[in-house]
Amino acid sequence: MVHKLTGALALGAALLLSTSAFAQDKRVVTWNADYDPIPLAAAEALIADFEAANPEIDVVLTNFDHEAYKNAIRNFLTADPPDLANWYAANRMRPFVEAGLFADISDVWANNGLMESLAASVPSSTIDGKQYAIPYTYYQWGIYYNRDAYKAAGVDVPGPEGVTWDQFLANCEKFKAAGIDCVTTGSSALWPVAGIFDYVSLRTNGYQFHSDLAAGKISWTSPEARAVFENLGKLQPYVTENHAAIDWQDAAALFVQGKAANYVMGNFAVGVFKEGGMTNDNLGFMVFPEITAGIARAEEAPTDTIHLTSGAKNPDDAKTFLAYMASAEAQSKWNAAVGQLPTNKNATVDAADPFLTAGFQALSTSTGGIAQFWDRDADAEYAKAGMEGFQRFLVQPEALEEILAQLEATRTRLFPQ
Amino acid sequence: MFPRPIQKSSTAAQWVYSIALPVALLLWLFPLLGVALTSLRPASDLAQGNYFGMPSGIAWENYKFIFTETPIGQYMLNSMWVTIPTVIGAVSLSLMTGFALAVYGFRANILVFFMFVAGNFVPFQILMVPVRDMTLQLGMYDTWYGLALFHIAFQTGFCTLFMRNFIKALPYELIEAARVEGVSEWRIFWYIVLPLMRPAIAALSVLVFTFIWNDFFWATVLTQGVDSQPITAGLSSLNGQWIAQWHLVSAGSILAALPPVAMFFLMQKHFIAGLTLGAVK
Amino acid sequence: MAEAATTAPRRWTQRTLAPWLFLAPGLIMFTIYVLWPIVESVTLSFYDWNGLYDRDGAFTGTFVGMGNYAELMGDPAFTTSLWNNLKWLVLYMLALPIGLFIAIFLNQTVTGIRLYKSLFFFPFVISQVVVGLIFAWFYAPNFGLLYLLTEAITGKGTAILADPDLVTYGIIAAGLWPQIAYVMILYLTGLNNVAPDQIEAARLDGAKGWRMLWYVVLPQLRPATFIAVIVTVIGALRSFDLVSIMTSGGPFGSSRVLSYYMYEMALGEFGFRMGYGAAIAVVLFAIMMIFISGFIWKMWRDEKER
Repeated sequence: MVHKLTGALALGAALLLSTSAFAQDKRVVTWNADYDPIPLAAAEALIADFEAANPEIDVVLTNFDHEAYKNAIRNFLTADPPDLANWYAANRMRPFVEAGLFADISDVWANNGLMESLAASVPSSTIDGKQYAIPYTYYQWGIYYNRDAYKAAGVDVPGPEGVTWDQFLANCEKFKAAGIDCVTTGSSALWPVAGIFDYVSLRTNGYQFHSDLAAGKISWTSPEARAVFENLGKLQPYVTENHAAIDWQDAAALFVQGKAANYVMGNFAVGVFKEGGMTNDNLGFMVFPEITAGIARAEEAPTDTIHLTSGAKNPDDAKTFLAYMASAEAQSKWNAAVGQLPTNKNATVDAADPFLTAGFQALSTSTGGIAQFWDRDADAEYAKAGMEGFQRFLVQPEALEEILAQLEATRTRLFPQ
Repeated sequence: MFPRPIQKSSTAAQWVYSIALPVALLLWLFPLLGVALTSLRPASDLAQGNYFGMPSGIAWENYKFIFTETPIGQYMLNSMWVTIPTVIGAVSLSLMTGFALAVYGFRANILVFFMFVAGNFVPFQILMVPVRDMTLQLGMYDTWYGLALFHIAFQTGFCTLFMRNFIKALPYELIEAARVEGVSEWRIFWYIVLPLMRPAIAALSVLVFTFIWNDFFWATVLTQGVDSQPITAGLSSLNGQWIAQWHLVSAGSILAALPPVAMFFLMQKHFIAGLTLGAVK
Repeated sequence: MAEAATTAPRRWTQRTLAPWLFLAPGLIMFTIYVLWPIVESVTLSFYDWNGLYDRDGAFTGTFVGMGNYAELMGDPAFTTSLWNNLKWLVLYMLALPIGLFIAIFLNQTVTGIRLYKSLFFFPFVISQVVVGLIFAWFYAPNFGLLYLLTEAITGKGTAILADPDLVTYGIIAAGLWPQIAYVMILYLTGLNNVAPDQIEAARLDGAKGWRMLWYVVLPQLRPATFIAVIVTVIGALRSFDLVSIMTSGGPFGSSRVLSYYMYEMALGEFGFRMGYGAAIAVVLFAIMMIFISGFIWKMWRDEKER
């Protein structure tokens, strides 16, 4: 049984329902989520399947507005915890784990062979050797490009292998001459610049370095960190000029109109590009080009997760549901509906979607590792300081020394040696 | 009168003045006019980059769209739910506090009065974390009454200042005479002072209505969803979804501005009387 | 009337008790929601707390003494915010001369002047959220009116909100718009009450224009000026709405002010440092206290004169 719920009134109605007719013969699992309409429908379909297989369990989903959820979760985990709650992996779940609000679910992982089937997501689900999350979806980042813009500037359209770094920069020079932004972004909300930085960092020094940088283990004034900014500096002159005052959707409009050729973005943007009129014919995807030769290719793929709360009233049935959400079957179905990628390596993706296929290909062949995105890999305060530094560098590259000094000061304060 | 009445100047000066007046107004309200026009511009104009040229038509459908496709109506209703109880609550409470402070010469009088006045100027941020936490603990987070209760308490500061000064200006002999007659204090308040307070009540009501309707900070801190967010916070979150759709942002803005503007035009005299309290001796 | 029979000593008790009964509801609410939270915020500023309670509902913060304040001293974002607040304070004062100028301009008795006055006052009635959106549209890169204007004049458009050096001024300009309207209405009321005989007397003495304004009119506008200064200072220090709507403090924090930085630290997506936020709020409160005490002191003097 599924309730489409928003808000307190509906919640009240659900409580009434669940305590009346079904209460005697069904055990209730409550789940708080933050889905947009399409993912919500997909989740409801999964619940229906699960309840068909487990007729004695009733999963009740309460849906929140996506933005409001970030605030709400802090309140309900203490005041009125559901059994299950949506959140994100890696450092984003750390405060809740440390406050004892998310429960250890290492047993779910061990009993269902998840260490093997979700292998790529083990590091981001683990804190101090225990698992606290079930990752069920992620999406790739990379470079989306507008074939029409390439043709308009007389630049060769990249093939399926993508282009080399030098080739990419040479193309940028041509785009500049044609009055087209080579790389666009809209960074008024800060996070889009982190995508660019992460890739330059991953390609310059590799996954382990990037991960250590996000964890505050590496000095911003080290030669390796400087090398990242040096490469970022090569890109800087070709980035849309007023990106700091526009949102990523504004930049998407530039991209769709052919005023920009490349967009370092996550796969969720494809919907926006297509709404703007692009099709599989003129929209292309390639992985970010290799910079330092020989470094294992790492990719960026933020993972969404479900957690068992410490205040869960029905942890046993909730764990059964979590195991179901980790399964290849559930993940194939949910992700096919939403247009994202399953984390279970035995799951399947829609072969007709070139971007999903390319993403699945890119992620499953990446040997370097999967980064979660800067604001999930790094501690919240550190993440924000970093993103402000990246944004500033892309506006004022001449302020590099000041930016590095500030970042380094933040690092030594947050991570005292 | 200062400056010299224009009628006493040369005809040329009068002409210049009569032209300067509308021109100045046009310049002054230029941003607002731009937004009002944009709110009626068809989306296709904006898509084609026709931001300031002749619109290709008048698009009332922008307004229809935001009413049918977004919860803006709900936001407006939420605003009403917060604003009206606040007006009633703050005005009632301050009538009593103002009366107490204006009529009785007890020792702590001036201290209590200054406390209200000072509290009124406190930066919101110093109240934010505790008030939010308390509202959460009381289970009133994300409800109209949680927000309204705070507003009532806070507005009581300003309203007390206003009411107290207003009652002070009433002829004290009225109260003295009633006391000699042996009328109880409550009856003095209810039957003698209250009927004289109508202009003050009207002035404060319009002012508080405008302040609360326009409040954004507390709406952001104490509410979060469609079910309870007032229009200011709602508009801000819709703005996050309507990126680059300026015809919708404009229509929403105009809509959010309408109730206080209507209030102002209907109750102009009271509004200005309230606002300029203390600007003359 | 039943009360007519009350005896003298009973009436005396009623009169000492009555003010407190009348005060009680307002005072209780005010204490719970305004006075007590100030104390709590000050206390909280000595703690490090992420806003979470543990499963048993216990407070999870740790006492850090002056730690938050020490950190503020070395925090570049705090310095930027403080500087920007200073810019707001100084530039907001422009509302006074401009407001006075418009008030003088409008203080005539031609037909329709009442409507003109109302329309000039208009921006003040609108929510700051709307003002912010209006100006964001005005400043928007690529198609904003100001951008096009600068492009036409200099050949290169200026995106004010993307420029770390201009962004704060751009937001202040937006804030000045309603603030000028407010000051204007204060002065219009003040001008209405300027003693005509003094003006006429000064006119006979040959006073005109600036001299008349400076020596005769302005002294009489003192009460209006005083209120205008107070509301302008408060407006400048409360500048949260516009920053939040127009830039969220960006680009890279260049347009932050204390009130926004506090919110960001305490409730922002990457914040939830309640203690640190409280410390910022305490600093803001201290700054505001300077002005509040000035205001109270003036009121105290006026009360005594009565």
